[in-house]
Amino acid sequence: MAEPTVIVDDLHVVYRVYGAGGDKGTAATALMRVFKRQRRPSVREVEAIRGVSFVINHGDAVGIIGRNGSGKSTLLQAIAGLLPPEQGCVYTSGQAALLGVNAALLDDLTGERNVVLGCLAMGMSPQETKDAYQSIVDFSGVGNFVDYPMRTYSTGMAQRLRFSIASAKSHEILMIDEALATGDANFRAKSHGKIMSLRGEAGTVFLVAHNLAEIEASCNRVIWLEKGKIMKQGYDVPAIVDAYLEATGGEPRKRDKPVDVNAVT
Amino acid sequence: MKERARDHGGPGTLTDELATPDAFEGPPPGESLAELAAEYKLNPSSARPSMFAYAGQLWARRHFIMGFATARNVAMYTEARLGQLWQVLTPLLNAAVYYLIFGIILDTSRGVPKFLPFLITGIFIFNFTQRAFITSSRVMVDSLPLIRALPFPRACLPIGYVLIELQQLIMSMIVLTAIVLATGEPLTWYWLLALPALALQTMFNMGMALFLARLGAGADDFGQLMPFLVRTWMYTSGVMFSIQTISTLRDHPTVSFILQINPAAVFISLVRNAILLSQRQSWPGSKPYNVTKCALYHTDKTPYLEFSAYCHGTVTMNQLWLWGIGWAVLALVVGFVFFWQAETRYGRG
Repeated sequence: MAEPTVIVDDLHVVYRVYGAGGDKGTAATALMRVFKRQRRPSVREVEAIRGVSFVINHGDAVGIIGRNGSGKSTLLQAIAGLLPPEQGCVYTSGQAALLGVNAALLDDLTGERNVVLGCLAMGMSPQETKDAYQSIVDFSGVGNFVDYPMRTYSTGMAQRLRFSIASAKSHEILMIDEALATGDANFRAKSHGKIMSLRGEAGTVFLVAHNLAEIEASCNRVIWLEKGKIMKQGYDVPAIVDAYLEATGGEPRKRDKPVDVNAVT
Repeated sequence: MKERARDHGGPGTLTDELATPDAFEGPPPGESLAELAAEYKLNPSSARPSMFAYAGQLWARRHFIMGFATARNVAMYTEARLGQLWQVLTPLLNAAVYYLIFGIILDTSRGVPKFLPFLITGIFIFNFTQRAFITSSRVMVDSLPLIRALPFPRACLPIGYVLIELQQLIMSMIVLTAIVLATGEPLTWYWLLALPALALQTMFNMGMALFLARLGAGADDFGQLMPFLVRTWMYTSGVMFSIQTISTLRDHPTVSFILQINPAAVFISLVRNAILLSQRQSWPGSKPYNVTKCALYHTDKTPYLEFSAYCHGTVTMNQLWLWGIGWAVLALVVGFVFFWQAETRYGRG
């Protein structure tokens, strides 16, 4: 049996959402609530993951598919230990690095400072950061914009810089959450190569994407989430992707040739 | 299964019935997932490190904390035309406003020799603690996106916020030095005592910031309440009057003692005694008790303002240092343990 790197055991994750509507939102209604000893109606509990279990082995590249709001990003955050589980547990062989669309960098700061802070936050030493700096900037392709505040970046540029920062360090477990969606064609090709090499040295990669071609090209295993539960999962990537497309009303994918799922470039 | 989805809901909808978990590649029969995890030495991803390991992780991220604080400080004024100049202008304007109100309009200067440097020292030192308290009680709510994006010891955030305020304080101290020297106070070796006093205050602020960060993480109500609590504290900490010599407290030694040993008053007094000769010389109890001279002080006439030194004091300068050390260590230990206990829960919001 292959060596497991991530074990998810009956995981439940609950979000508490504040300010989710409710009463009229005036001071008078708030006062009445205090007198009646009611709970704030504007606090809602959202059960984002409802009992998910799986075992991922060393060398797997796992695609996670599902519709918007099905719990894909939440699942990755729980695996990374960023969101505490309500019930159940996630076991990992090391710290999982999550590369997400909303990976918060400081918008008011220049790209340069963000690169440095991002590296330091990942636990790199100042010397390692200095050594890695140039290659990060080169890979991101933001060019002279590195001297500008990140709030002036386009969505795609910011995402490219984030991806470059996160992939500067080799991680035992790397999770990519839609991080490549807005990159241009050139960058997608570059980052696909980077994912493959990271998978080679790292061991385990998770990929959330709505681009199913990308999932089929990069992953040897797929998990289909629906409303916080696993619908289907397994190593037969094209079959599960087809089932997902059929259930959600999409057109079946046309494949010219069988996809070589184990390709490592 | 696919057919049923079509029949019942049509394309784009999925019924709950359909959402039954598929079989997963489970452990060998007779073994739970937890046992499998133990067998391959996998650790829970949301496990809390031991207290000492946590302190070690914090130390390992010290460059991140420093970089974070400096970067936030730089970003704070990027939108302003005057830019970093505000770091100096803000404390100057603060000093001007308080001097106008308490020095000129209300004239609370009675009983204090050299009121201007006395007042401004108090304001700047209290402001450090005040800002640290207010920002740290909101830090976990404000930084939720960052907490959900990157794994790092969460204590980096409140500590980083205190360092931001410390950098602001250093700017304020430069302004203060200029003001104090301009009012004719001499530059002496005693000034060096301001450094350990500020170090103790920073320790105290860090401890309290950790404590308040956890309290404020649960609900925002606390962050809303904080400015009022801190303002009340300011008016009872002798920022704009002298607790030691104010006439209303003369017959209430217990109240006077409690006010004097409260942490804010302790750190303010320590810094005042370090950099203001007029304060050291007028500290009650610093000279042998003398009935006549003390009575002369109580006449509130200007030439006798420093005769308060001949009256009985409630707290000596040495006792102040002990209280300062005590508060700093207590806050840091309690704050650190309290924050660490909830380390894995801050991402929940």
